[in-house]
Amino acid sequence: MTRQDNPGQRTVVVGVGNEFRRDDGAGPEVIARLRALQPGDASLSGVTLALSDGEPGRMIDLWEGARLAVVVDAVRDSSMPPGHLYRVAVDALTGVVDGVADSAASSHSIGLGDTVELARALGRLPARLTVLAVVGRDFGFGTSLTPEVAIAVGELVEQVREIVRW
Amino acid sequence: MHVRVRAGAVEDVRLEIYEPPRFFEAFLRGRRHTEPPDITARICGICPVAYQMSACLAIEAACGIEVSDGVADLRRLLYCGEWIESHALHIYLLHAPDFLGYASALDLARDGRGLVERGLALKKAGNAIMELVGGRAIHPVNVRVGGFYRAPARTEMAALAEKLRVALDLALDTVAWAAGFEFPDFQHDHEMVALVTPGQYAIDRGTVASTGGLSFTPAEFEDYVIEEQVPHSTALHARLAGRGRYLTGPTARYTLSSQWLSPVARQAADAAGLGAECRNPFRSILVRAVEVVYAVDEALRLIERYEPPAPCYLEVPPRAGVGHGATEAPRGVLFHRYAIDAEGLITSARIVPPTSQNQASIEDDLRRFVADRLDLDDQQLTHQCEQAIRNYDPCISCSTHFLDLTVDRA
Repeated sequence: MTRQDNPGQRTVVVGVGNEFRRDDGAGPEVIARLRALQPGDASLSGVTLALSDGEPGRMIDLWEGARLAVVVDAVRDSSMPPGHLYRVAVDALTGVVDGVADSAASSHSIGLGDTVELARALGRLPARLTVLAVVGRDFGFGTSLTPEVAIAVGELVEQVREIVRW
Repeated sequence: MHVRVRAGAVEDVRLEIYEPPRFFEAFLRGRRHTEPPDITARICGICPVAYQMSACLAIEAACGIEVSDGVADLRRLLYCGEWIESHALHIYLLHAPDFLGYASALDLARDGRGLVERGLALKKAGNAIMELVGGRAIHPVNVRVGGFYRAPARTEMAALAEKLRVALDLALDTVAWAAGFEFPDFQHDHEMVALVTPGQYAIDRGTVASTGGLSFTPAEFEDYVIEEQVPHSTALHARLAGRGRYLTGPTARYTLSSQWLSPVARQAADAAGLGAECRNPFRSILVRAVEVVYAVDEALRLIERYEPPAPCYLEVPPRAGVGHGATEAPRGVLFHRYAIDAEGLITSARIVPPTSQNQASIEDDLRRFVADRLDLDDQQLTHQCEQAIRNYDPCISCSTHFLDLTVDRA
């Protein structure tokens, strides 16, 4: 039985973002590179590579029951330079990713931090969840990453490959 | 959102919640006429089908092609999936917590796990339609100008129907549940605009109608709807020429088409106390819940009579021309217009999404809403304004926008 066949052994990597919003496309770009590597990379064999716009219901469906989920997202964070990477284990997550600790502050969306907490309240977190976040500089309309984030994407790909090996 | 108060009265309310898809309009120029469905689907993660459908209709109109009834039905089915997903998300994760006294869906989930599970299960039925008909749940890949790359088999549809029958009960429970909420007493008098397809609740096509008696085709949209730049916002404000602000979206659809709901949806609406029209934006949660019932019921009807259309798409050879398309996105009328040259390259594109059309009416409602609540401190006022804005389910053009309220009480 492959890892893919057994839900309890499933590993999923989710790239969150919109490739038409400049640095918000970092997550999808990581997934695109992993897909290109997947055929020749044993560590990625059987790993589900998925895209998400961050919508909580589908995100929870993607990772529920997985042995390991890795979520790659771009974040705004004025305290750190663009391209800075965060690597956050799930328990330490709230309040860091997206800075969305209080969803009442949001008029019409739910951030990744809240999605994790929602999954926790519903008992639908994966066994292990790691969030890799890159600080973006430009989230305006456009299809290319800023140079700092483009460099960080290479490092994100390496980190994902390292995490899914375990 | 900026509120200016002078002498104890609201002088001005300005809202900047939305970025128009101008980037996409520019990005589309020079692209092939077959590309807009895939490109414009990226404008919104919640309603990609709406963008795909309006784009397809507009390009097919420009090229003089009309799809078969079978393809049109399959499109309507796909669109039902999007309505279910979008509305279930809004009802359960964004809107209901306001009525139940929770700060967020997270707090609701901690206290009422079953409620949120019901919402997510309902939403998942919409996902199932999107995955089967659209090819995947986000940014469907099975849609093409002229039809679909692949038509699902009847056996696949039968499995989908099983899920939808369960979802119909969840949807009816949702209406009954939301009917018990307490709604603030607030009425607006905006002219309401929606597509109308006599005999059927409008989703995937129609003529544009208003509660003020207007009726025009999508091709005439730009004669009747004028978008204006306003100084305080990057968004354009749409107005009806010679008439003024208007409102599109679920309550407008309901008001103009409630007589064409299916019997089960009509019954649910009656039981929930919705009359023939809805002018209280807070009650839009009820209308969305009724529309979910309708969308599930309509999906089941379409599946029951489903035969895979053959062919599942028509070739759409380009010809020089202009085409217009309008459909009912979950948030209201979504208009597209494309000009194409003889080689099939796009020379101009125009997209008018529902949220930009509603901007002026939302501001007007907020002006009145805030006027009655000036005694609140800024934090309380912010929270109540967020609730009022959520009534309209404004488009998520950027998922990291928050309401930043400034009140100038000088």
